[in-house]
Amino acid sequence: MNTLFDKIWDSHIVSLIEDGPTQLYIDRLYCHEVTSPQAFDGLRARGIKCLRPERVFCMPDHNTPTHDQDKPIADPVSKAQVDALERNAEQFGLTYYGMMNPDNGIIHVVGPEKGLSLPGMTIVCGDSHTSTHGAVGAVAFGIGTSEVEMVLASQCILQQKPKSMSIRIEGELGKGVTAKDMALYLMMKLTTSGATGYFIEYRGSAVRSLSMEGRLTLCNLSIEMGARGGFVAPDETTFEYLKGREYAPKGDDWDKAVAYWKTLSSGDDAVFDKELVFDASDIRPMITYGTNPGMGMPVDASIPSDASRKALDYMGFEAGQCLLGHKVDYVFLGACTNGRIEDFRAFASVAKGRRKAEGVTAWLVPGSWAVKRQIEEEGLDKLLQEAGFEIRQPGCSACLAMNDDKIPAGKYAVSTSNRNFEGRQGPGSRTMLASPLTAAAAAVCGVVTDPRELL
Amino acid sequence: MKQKFDIIESTMVPLPLENVDTDQIIPARFLKATTRDESFFGDNLFRDWRFAPDGSVRESFVLNRPEFSEAPHKGVHEVLVAGKNFGSGSSREHAAWAIAGYGFRAVISSFFADIHKNNELNNFVLPVVVSEGFLASLFKSIEEDPQCKVRIDVPSQTVCNLATGEKEHFEINAYKKFCLMNALDDIDYLLSKKDKIEAFEQSRSL
Repeated sequence: MNTLFDKIWDSHIVSLIEDGPTQLYIDRLYCHEVTSPQAFDGLRARGIKCLRPERVFCMPDHNTPTHDQDKPIADPVSKAQVDALERNAEQFGLTYYGMMNPDNGIIHVVGPEKGLSLPGMTIVCGDSHTSTHGAVGAVAFGIGTSEVEMVLASQCILQQKPKSMSIRIEGELGKGVTAKDMALYLMMKLTTSGATGYFIEYRGSAVRSLSMEGRLTLCNLSIEMGARGGFVAPDETTFEYLKGREYAPKGDDWDKAVAYWKTLSSGDDAVFDKELVFDASDIRPMITYGTNPGMGMPVDASIPSDASRKALDYMGFEAGQCLLGHKVDYVFLGACTNGRIEDFRAFASVAKGRRKAEGVTAWLVPGSWAVKRQIEEEGLDKLLQEAGFEIRQPGCSACLAMNDDKIPAGKYAVSTSNRNFEGRQGPGSRTMLASPLTAAAAAVCGVVTDPRELL
Repeated sequence: MKQKFDIIESTMVPLPLENVDTDQIIPARFLKATTRDESFFGDNLFRDWRFAPDGSVRESFVLNRPEFSEAPHKGVHEVLVAGKNFGSGSSREHAAWAIAGYGFRAVISSFFADIHKNNELNNFVLPVVVSEGFLASLFKSIEEDPQCKVRIDVPSQTVCNLATGEKEHFEINAYKKFCLMNALDDIDYLLSKKDKIEAFEQSRSL
């Protein structure tokens, strides 16, 4: 009652179906190439148009190669899927940022960066990491392809209202501890189903002091606890980030918008269905040892004795083992989780004055062309090049290995992405999830390393 | 796809694993199709658990075991029984298409991930949430007799383990139940509400 989630949800109710879901109005629909083609086919089969094309933004990101994007995609199946999105966007009159378009990138990086995702909005996309956009103070959640079709057809979706959860993290994060570690810590505590059925509001001084990039990382990972979404109430950090962005309101409209956005907070009398409180000083740099993101631990800890046998067999680990010093074959920096400028700054801060370890293959993939441009403006590309790293072109890349960035079977990767499921980064790949700092430490040492030793 | 639901009485396929994520149900490399060809997705359901990288059959996986390998048809293997937190992870509806394409009409578990549950419903696959105890008893019955059956009665919202006679009520909201029993989908409903959508947009711009 009287939570920010209630306020945003309730202001988007078009109708209520008795003993059924809510008909909810959607302000923004993002489409990528993987989960949309069948939705557009559905519109064609029904002989209908897109109801509000100005509210829909499309871009390919999952299949895009991270090199030679100026040439046609070599894999004909990937190419066909990307081409289908371009054709569909054109046929239905939707904004499309294709490959090599300076605005292209991972949808969850581009949305906030262009000011398309704004406080108080409802935002959906056929992608579970749509929760990312919650960082601007929006109700944003992932949907299936049938639901994408629903929104294209009616700008509405039928949804049961989730319950509300408050996660308060108080205090200061220690040295070398990032938003990613915060999220991995929460997953370890809550498991991958601990927040199923809920929408999370992240609160507390440790959340407030995160930058927008940090908040985007934290909200991105809400789904990994089972939550439909997670958000942070907008504040000065949000307004500062959004001001001047292409689609953010301008002039008088900006002032009016900020005045409204300032009302977007949970009331003092807000009642959540569940409330959890954590102490930021308990959080250490984290790493996962298993095959779901909840199977994590502090990087300097040992694998718990009750860890899943199936997961450990897949990873080639044993209960009681400490991963420090374990060989690393691949390092991946990027994804909608950690593909933003701050993540590259963090990685570079560790790589500076050091060199990539022999035998480590490192893929550094910016989340968007805008991030890549900023990396170059700040000279991070040169610094990283001197350390033996190469910056690739933007896309989802090795996070789910739909392009050719695949971790080979049996190889160990320290990855800043969001999922360590069996085969997620390529058939047989073994993923350890961690922050950009921990990934950088692994990249320069060639083994799992506590990043605090290098700071 | 759209098919009317009434009563399903069938043998089952057991998958007593927890946290089965949608990357296992259908790996990402099969998401490149641009059509909704369910037989393609069905053929690749649980691909990396069913087949080794060289394409050989993994004999021990449940869908390959002789007692469960017969393709689903009326009364046979129409129901998948899975451990808790089924369908976690990626929102890919391809996972629901794969389940439907393989021929499953219902999935019984003690807990489903949210997005996947909606995706099943939107593809006329019925997610049936049962208690941990009921689920454990189903697994035990199947182990004792792979030919045993379950009866899922949508009109009365009950699920019955026919081997033991245990019966439980399951939840489904009245709207979705109506849709399933009449083979209607949400888009049909939303398209009939265009006046309400326009009225809502008007009220916001004032």
